[in-house]
Amino acid sequence: MAEEKEMVNIYIMGKQYQVPYGITIMKAMEYAGYRFIRGCGCRGGFCGACATVFRKPGDFRIRVGLACQTTVEEGMYLTQIPFYPANKATYNLEELRPDLEAILKNYPETTRCLGCNACTKICPQELDVMYYIAAAQRGDIARCAEMSFDCLMCGLCASRCPAEIVQYNVAILARRLYGRHVAPRAEHLARRVEEIKNGKYDEEINRLTKLDIVELKKLYDARDIEP
Amino acid sequence: MQILYFPGCTLSTKAKGLDITTREALAALGVHLCELPRWTCCGTVFPLAQDNYIQMVAAARLLATSASLGENRLVTVCSFCYHVLKRVNHAIKNNREAKEKINNYLEENYSGEVQPVHPLEIIRNDYGFNRLREKLGDSLKGLRVACYYGCMLVRPPGEMNFGNPDNPTIMEEFIAALGGVPVDFASKTKCCGSYQILNTPDLVANRTKEILASAAASGAQAIITSCPLCQFNLDRQQEKVADKKNFRQIPVLYFTQLLAAVFKVPLDKMGIEEHYVDPRAVLKEI
Repeated sequence: MAEEKEMVNIYIMGKQYQVPYGITIMKAMEYAGYRFIRGCGCRGGFCGACATVFRKPGDFRIRVGLACQTTVEEGMYLTQIPFYPANKATYNLEELRPDLEAILKNYPETTRCLGCNACTKICPQELDVMYYIAAAQRGDIARCAEMSFDCLMCGLCASRCPAEIVQYNVAILARRLYGRHVAPRAEHLARRVEEIKNGKYDEEINRLTKLDIVELKKLYDARDIEP
Repeated sequence: MQILYFPGCTLSTKAKGLDITTREALAALGVHLCELPRWTCCGTVFPLAQDNYIQMVAAARLLATSASLGENRLVTVCSFCYHVLKRVNHAIKNNREAKEKINNYLEENYSGEVQPVHPLEIIRNDYGFNRLREKLGDSLKGLRVACYYGCMLVRPPGEMNFGNPDNPTIMEEFIAALGGVPVDFASKTKCCGSYQILNTPDLVANRTKEILASAAASGAQAIITSCPLCQFNLDRQQEKVADKKNFRQIPVLYFTQLLAAVFKVPLDKMGIEEHYVDPRAVLKEI
């Protein structure tokens, strides 16, 4: 005998649907008959495309979650936000230094931050958004990069900011500056590139490209495989 | 003695010298500054509109965080930070609507228990100017110092409580205790123009000309201040008047740089590279 599946009521675009308890919002919408033809994202909790805002009856709190990760609850009143229009600066990392000036030159609105904390409260990844913006405001690029590491760039913070800052764009600038100018260089990579430039591997590569297919297959089968 | 410390944004960027010298000088007096964890910008300005609560939220959060750490004092040295923190705290203590709205928003229960304090108040109240005089009373060797307060430390008097708003004396007492000669000059609480330097630089040029002339006329060898904007304006504007005849350049120092020099903190750690008028001649004498 098939088990009775527990059903919950949710609201999609204002219309009520009964969906099975325990599935994700994204699955529930598809269960209800919606088809995602664009922009639903990776479905794996990584890209931030499916950021969803919802409320529950009798509760004034705004809640958020990724539709592909968050399971349905009774009474969820859902709104999808595809993305929020964002100010995006164009820059050349080589021309920037990892300092406050780089941030202000590209995103001068960063200093409009009121300290209201709306961004932190809305983040589905529970990041300390206001705090990483505070770090950026005092030129602490490393700290901003570190604190914003798990950002999915879903855009919810930017949607709530009264100072019209696009927090995730400031953060990715900080992370890029960190990667390019602050993070220690990979010495072994630099050495290998030098070796290649000096032609250390030229002979071997030329030999391989001229090999007959049977020989090539033999070499391939006999290669070193890491345990 | 340990005390909670709020450096503020400018001390972490353009005024690192003020931050370093404040920490080192107070440490030499036995006062260890512990930086407030996870601090954010204080907001810089106190809102002019009485019902503009969102602009008080940032400062209120800093104070509430300090209270939750069990502290009852928060030290800050930047005049603007000190001004905002003190006035927000005053609003929370005296304005019931401000207190309710801000606490509701922050989901905190803060009633103004934390007292924002200035390092000069710490030196006067906790260490004592008499003790300072006993220990270091001949350090400045009669250096003539103009004590420039600017506007943010002293006004509005009912909320700032930094002494007489037209004639405060805490900086002069500090200088005298170190063996300096505080010169009396009329412009000591006149605003330098602060952030108007960004949009209306002529206004700042006029204000600073008057202040510098007043200090020079009183025979000052150095001007001390507590505010990064005042330091920037009074210092940099001297470049504009450098070509004028009979103009004597006066180095503009933070009072903590003077105190740090007394404690022999190396000059290269004081952030004096940022200064336009080279203060080394004055600092080397100490």
